[in-house]
Amino acid sequence: MILSNTETIPGYTITHHVGLVQGNTVRAKHVGRDLMAGLKNIVGGELKGYTELLEDARKEATQRMIEEAQAKGANAIVNVRFSTSAITAGASELYVYATGVVLG
Amino acid sequence: MLGFGISAILLLVGVYFGTRAQKQHIANLESREAALSHIIVTNLKTLPATGNPPQLVTGSVVIAFDYFRRFIATFVMLVGGRITMYEEMLDRARREALLRLLEQADAAGSREVHNVRFEFSRVGSSSQKANIGGGAELLAYGTAVL
Repeated sequence: MILSNTETIPGYTITHHVGLVQGNTVRAKHVGRDLMAGLKNIVGGELKGYTELLEDARKEATQRMIEEAQAKGANAIVNVRFSTSAITAGASELYVYATGVVLG
Repeated sequence: MLGFGISAILLLVGVYFGTRAQKQHIANLESREAALSHIIVTNLKTLPATGNPPQLVTGSVVIAFDYFRRFIATFVMLVGGRITMYEEMLDRARREALLRLLEQADAAGSREVHNVRFEFSRVGSSSQKANIGGGAELLAYGTAVL
Protein backbone atom coordinates (compact mmCIF):
# COMPACT_ATOMS: atom_id res chain seq x y z
CA MET A 1 0.00 0.00 0.00
CA ILE A 2 1.48 3.32 -1.12
CA LEU A 3 0.62 6.28 1.11
CA SER A 4 1.18 9.85 0.06
CA ASN A 5 -0.19 13.25 0.97
CA THR A 6 0.15 14.44 -2.63
CA GLU A 7 -2.67 14.26 -5.13
CA THR A 8 -0.83 12.25 -7.74
CA ILE A 9 2.14 9.90 -7.75
CA PRO A 10 4.65 10.35 -10.59
CA GLY A 11 5.27 7.27 -12.65
CA TYR A 12 1.86 5.81 -11.83
CA THR A 13 -1.53 6.43 -13.38
CA ILE A 14 -4.65 6.47 -11.25
CA THR A 15 -7.01 4.13 -13.05
CA HIS A 16 -9.84 4.06 -10.55
CA HIS A 17 -11.00 5.95 -7.44
CA VAL A 18 -12.56 3.92 -4.65
CA GLY A 19 -13.67 6.99 -2.71
CA LEU A 20 -12.93 8.55 0.63
CA VAL A 21 -11.19 6.32 3.15
CA GLN A 22 -10.86 7.28 6.78
CA GLY A 23 -9.75 6.14 10.18
CA ASN A 24 -10.24 7.60 13.61
CA THR A 25 -9.51 6.84 17.22
CA VAL A 26 -10.31 8.63 20.45
CA ARG A 27 -7.74 8.36 23.20
CA ALA A 28 -8.05 9.36 26.81
CA LYS A 29 -5.11 10.48 28.89
CA HIS A 30 -3.56 8.27 31.53
CA VAL A 31 -3.59 9.44 35.15
CA GLY A 32 0.14 8.77 35.64
CA ARG A 33 1.03 10.56 32.48
CA ASP A 34 -1.15 13.47 33.43
CA LEU A 35 0.66 13.77 36.75
CA MET A 36 3.98 14.11 34.92
CA ALA A 37 2.37 16.58 32.56
CA GLY A 38 1.32 18.61 35.61
CA LEU A 39 4.94 18.82 36.74
CA LYS A 40 6.06 19.77 33.25
CA ASN A 41 3.58 22.59 33.32
CA ILE A 42 5.82 24.27 35.89
CA VAL A 43 9.06 24.17 33.92
CA GLY A 44 7.82 23.78 30.37
CA GLY A 45 9.23 21.49 27.73
CA GLU A 46 8.04 18.42 25.94
CA LEU A 47 5.30 16.18 27.32
CA LYS A 48 6.86 12.90 26.13
CA GLY A 49 4.05 10.74 27.46
CA TYR A 50 1.52 12.64 25.37
CA THR A 51 3.74 12.61 22.28
CA GLU A 52 3.93 8.80 22.45
CA LEU A 53 0.22 8.47 23.18
CA LEU A 54 -0.75 10.57 20.18
CA GLU A 55 1.77 8.86 17.89
CA ASP A 56 0.39 5.44 18.82
CA ALA A 57 -3.14 6.70 18.30
CA ARG A 58 -2.28 8.20 14.92
CA LYS A 59 -0.72 4.90 13.81
CA GLU A 60 -3.89 3.11 14.80
CA ALA A 61 -6.09 5.58 12.91
CA THR A 62 -3.86 5.21 9.83
CA GLN A 63 -4.06 1.43 10.13
CA ARG A 64 -7.85 1.59 10.15
CA MET A 65 -7.77 3.78 7.07
CA ILE A 66 -5.46 1.30 5.31
CA GLU A 67 -7.80 -1.57 6.21
CA GLU A 68 -10.76 0.31 4.77
CA ALA A 69 -8.83 1.03 1.57
CA GLN A 70 -7.84 -2.63 1.24
CA ALA A 71 -11.43 -3.71 1.76
CA LYS A 72 -12.46 -1.38 -1.05
CA GLY A 73 -9.80 -2.82 -3.36
CA ALA A 74 -7.43 0.15 -3.42
CA ASN A 75 -3.68 -0.34 -3.78
CA ALA A 76 -2.69 3.21 -2.87
CA ILE A 77 -3.94 6.08 -0.72
CA VAL A 78 -3.38 9.65 -1.87
CA ASN A 79 -3.97 13.13 -0.46
CA VAL A 80 -3.72 12.01 3.16
CA ARG A 81 -4.78 14.64 5.73
CA PHE A 82 -4.44 14.45 9.51
CA SER A 83 -6.60 16.24 12.02
CA THR A 84 -6.67 16.23 15.82
CA SER A 85 -9.34 17.65 18.03
CA ALA A 86 -9.80 17.79 21.77
CA ILE A 87 -13.33 16.51 22.36
CA THR A 88 -13.48 16.68 26.15
CA ALA A 89 -11.01 17.85 28.79
CA GLY A 90 -9.18 14.51 28.90
CA ALA A 91 -9.57 13.00 25.44
CA SER A 92 -8.50 13.72 21.90
CA GLU A 93 -9.72 12.41 18.60
CA LEU A 94 -7.17 11.57 15.95
CA TYR A 95 -8.65 11.51 12.51
CA VAL A 96 -7.02 10.68 9.20
CA TYR A 97 -8.74 10.82 5.83
CA ALA A 98 -7.65 10.37 2.24
CA THR A 99 -8.68 9.09 -1.15
CA GLY A 100 -8.27 5.42 -1.96
CA VAL A 101 -7.15 4.79 -5.53
CA VAL A 102 -6.13 1.97 -7.81
CA LEU A 103 -2.83 2.66 -9.54
CA GLY A 104 -2.17 1.26 -12.97
CA MET B 1 0.71 35.26 51.57
CA LEU B 2 1.38 31.53 51.38
CA GLY B 3 -0.23 31.43 47.93
CA PHE B 4 1.99 34.28 46.82
CA GLY B 5 5.08 32.46 48.14
CA ILE B 6 4.18 29.28 46.26
CA SER B 7 3.58 31.27 43.09
CA ALA B 8 6.95 32.99 43.45
CA ILE B 9 8.75 29.66 43.96
CA LEU B 10 7.01 28.10 40.98
CA LEU B 11 7.97 31.12 38.87
CA LEU B 12 11.63 30.98 39.88
CA VAL B 13 11.82 27.22 39.27
CA GLY B 14 10.12 27.74 35.91
CA VAL B 15 12.46 30.54 34.86
CA TYR B 16 15.61 28.71 35.89
CA PHE B 17 14.90 25.25 34.49
CA GLY B 18 12.90 26.55 31.56
CA THR B 19 15.69 28.84 30.36
CA ARG B 20 18.31 26.15 30.81
CA ALA B 21 16.24 23.57 28.93
CA GLN B 22 15.58 26.08 26.15
CA LYS B 23 19.29 26.76 25.59
CA GLN B 24 20.08 23.05 25.53
CA HIS B 25 17.21 22.38 23.16
CA ILE B 26 18.25 25.09 20.69
CA ALA B 27 21.83 23.75 20.63
CA ASN B 28 20.45 20.25 20.10
CA LEU B 29 18.15 21.43 17.29
CA GLU B 30 20.96 23.23 15.51
CA SER B 31 23.26 20.22 15.48
CA ARG B 32 20.51 17.87 14.28
CA GLU B 33 19.39 20.34 11.61
CA ALA B 34 22.97 20.60 10.35
CA ALA B 35 23.22 16.79 10.21
CA LEU B 36 20.02 16.55 8.14
CA SER B 37 20.58 19.62 5.95
CA HIS B 38 21.18 17.43 2.87
CA ILE B 39 17.46 16.60 2.72
CA ILE B 40 15.39 18.88 0.49
CA VAL B 41 12.15 19.98 2.14
CA THR B 42 9.33 21.68 0.24
CA ASN B 43 5.61 22.17 0.57
CA LEU B 44 5.05 21.70 -3.17
CA LYS B 45 2.20 19.41 -4.11
CA THR B 46 3.87 17.68 -7.03
CA LEU B 47 6.53 15.04 -6.58
CA PRO B 48 9.51 14.58 -8.89
CA ALA B 49 9.38 11.40 -10.97
CA THR B 50 11.81 8.89 -9.51
CA GLY B 51 10.13 5.60 -10.35
CA ASN B 52 10.04 4.51 -6.70
CA PRO B 53 6.89 4.56 -4.61
CA PRO B 54 6.79 7.51 -2.17
CA GLN B 55 6.34 7.14 1.57
CA LEU B 56 4.28 9.12 4.07
CA VAL B 57 6.42 10.47 6.94
CA THR B 58 5.30 12.19 10.14
CA GLY B 59 6.87 13.87 13.14
CA SER B 60 5.10 15.19 16.21
CA VAL B 61 5.76 16.76 19.56
CA VAL B 62 3.52 17.72 22.48
CA ILE B 63 4.68 20.74 24.45
CA ALA B 64 3.57 22.08 27.82
CA PHE B 65 2.34 25.60 28.39
CA ASP B 66 4.31 26.31 31.51
CA TYR B 67 3.50 28.37 34.54
CA PHE B 68 6.06 31.11 33.93
CA ARG B 69 4.99 31.76 30.35
CA ARG B 70 1.32 31.81 31.26
CA PHE B 71 2.10 34.25 34.06
CA ILE B 72 3.97 36.67 31.77
CA ALA B 73 1.40 36.24 29.00
CA THR B 74 -1.35 37.36 31.39
CA PHE B 75 0.44 40.69 31.78
CA VAL B 76 1.17 41.11 28.10
CA MET B 77 -2.50 40.50 27.36
CA LEU B 78 -3.37 43.64 29.30
CA VAL B 79 -1.61 45.83 26.78
CA GLY B 80 -1.49 43.50 23.77
CA GLY B 81 1.46 42.99 21.49
CA ARG B 82 3.98 40.26 20.81
CA ILE B 83 4.49 37.43 23.25
CA THR B 84 8.07 36.59 22.28
CA MET B 85 8.32 33.65 24.67
CA TYR B 86 5.43 31.86 23.01
CA GLU B 87 6.88 32.62 19.59
CA GLU B 88 10.14 30.99 20.61
CA MET B 89 8.41 28.05 22.22
CA LEU B 90 6.23 27.31 19.18
CA ASP B 91 9.18 27.80 16.85
CA ARG B 92 11.23 25.27 18.81
CA ALA B 93 8.37 22.80 18.86
CA ARG B 94 7.77 23.13 15.13
CA ARG B 95 11.47 22.63 14.39
CA GLU B 96 11.48 19.56 16.63
CA ALA B 97 8.45 18.09 14.82
CA LEU B 98 10.06 18.74 11.43
CA LEU B 99 13.33 17.17 12.59
CA ARG B 100 11.49 14.03 13.70
CA LEU B 101 9.88 13.88 10.27
CA LEU B 102 13.28 14.31 8.60
CA GLU B 103 14.82 11.62 10.82
CA GLN B 104 12.09 9.24 9.69
CA ALA B 105 12.73 10.18 6.04
CA ASP B 106 16.47 9.80 6.52
CA ALA B 107 16.02 6.36 8.08
CA ALA B 108 14.04 5.34 4.99
CA GLY B 109 16.94 6.50 2.81
CA SER B 110 15.10 9.47 1.35
CA ARG B 111 16.77 12.70 0.21
CA GLU B 112 13.64 14.74 -0.51
CA VAL B 113 10.43 15.42 1.38
CA HIS B 114 7.59 17.22 -0.38
CA ASN B 115 4.17 18.61 0.49
CA VAL B 116 5.08 19.19 4.14
CA ARG B 117 2.12 20.32 6.24
CA PHE B 118 1.91 21.45 9.85
CA GLU B 119 -1.01 20.92 12.20
CA PHE B 120 -1.54 22.41 15.63
CA SER B 121 -3.98 21.21 18.26
CA ARG B 122 -4.53 21.65 21.96
CA VAL B 123 -4.39 18.51 24.09
CA GLY B 124 -4.30 17.47 27.71
CA SER B 125 -6.08 18.16 30.93
CA SER B 126 -7.16 21.71 30.35
CA SER B 127 -7.62 22.08 26.65
CA GLN B 128 -10.86 23.96 27.24
CA LYS B 129 -9.25 26.56 29.47
CA ALA B 130 -6.23 28.09 27.81
CA ASN B 131 -5.09 29.88 30.95
CA ILE B 132 -4.56 26.85 33.16
CA GLY B 133 -1.96 24.75 31.47
CA GLY B 134 -2.34 21.73 29.30
CA GLY B 135 -0.31 21.28 26.18
CA ALA B 136 -0.35 21.52 22.44
CA GLU B 137 0.58 19.07 19.77
CA LEU B 138 2.50 20.09 16.69
CA LEU B 139 2.41 17.61 13.87
CA ALA B 140 4.42 17.75 10.65
CA TYR B 141 3.68 15.38 7.81
CA GLY B 142 4.86 15.03 4.25
CA THR B 143 5.79 12.65 1.48
CA ALA B 144 9.33 11.31 1.25
CA VAL B 145 10.61 10.21 -2.13
CA LEU B 146 13.50 7.85 -2.73
